[in-house]
Amino acid sequence: MRLKNLKTNNYIDDKKLIVQSRTENLSVVRDYIHDAALKAGINPEKVGDIILAVDEACTNIIKHAYKSIPDGKIEIQVLNNYKKFTIVITDYGSSFEPKKVPAPDLQKYYQQHRVGGLGMYLMKNLMDEVDYISVPGKYNRVSLSKNLNPVS
Amino acid sequence: MAEFSTAVKYRGDVNVIYLNGFLDAHTAPQLENEFSKLIEENKYSIVVNFKDLNYISSAGLGVFMAFIEKIRENKGDIKLTSMNDKVFNIFDLLGFPLLYEIFKSEEEAVKKFNEIKKLENE
Repeated sequence: MRLKNLKTNNYIDDKKLIVQSRTENLSVVRDYIHDAALKAGINPEKVGDIILAVDEACTNIIKHAYKSIPDGKIEIQVLNNYKKFTIVITDYGSSFEPKKVPAPDLQKYYQQHRVGGLGMYLMKNLMDEVDYISVPGKYNRVSLSKNLNPVS
Repeated sequence: MAEFSTAVKYRGDVNVIYLNGFLDAHTAPQLENEFSKLIEENKYSIVVNFKDLNYISSAGLGVFMAFIEKIRENKGDIKLTSMNDKVFNIFDLLGFPLLYEIFKSEEEAVKKFNEIKKLENE
């Protein structure tokens, strides 16, 4: 099934959501992840963590990879192999080196009146695995995974 | 589209901003506007009530960082109240409780401002 919302140019099919790089689409992405995570049987208490991690990844793409240009493409794919629930997010904007993003320092932000790197810090803390691949001039891809049924 | 709204109530010298809905990179500018308006009016004693906030991302947290120093330079503060556990956990994960006073109820936060005022006038 493939549905196209003509007004917003967002695509949804069974495996992929494609949205344009606009902050108004963050809620579309959150709703999609919410439904997919519940369908995969994720503990509802953890669904919120996954939604936030994906929101942070997409916000970074909109602001940094596409520098707030509104017609970039963001592809979101959900994979579930019954051990791991993974969200793969691909963009075609500027490449990005996650190692260059320093750990957040709140005292410094306090003085600079700005926040940066909080999104990345949240992603790493909310998910079990965060992987980046960047092919300059082609695409960037971040994979966010949560283990299913962890031994606890 | 994410639903988000704010309302402001004046409780004596203390200004309470009520947040409702989803605070993300799309809706954060609305909250920035509220802070900017209060600062323009030299209103620096601000309580933010999170009771009806369902969701916050780092873009929302950034708003508090953007204004706090200016507000404290003017002898004011931003005090936070009535967060649900989900929202508090995000603040906590990022270390915000070191920088902001977080109260269980709006009453306590307003009272704290009034106590400070009283001490200053003595």
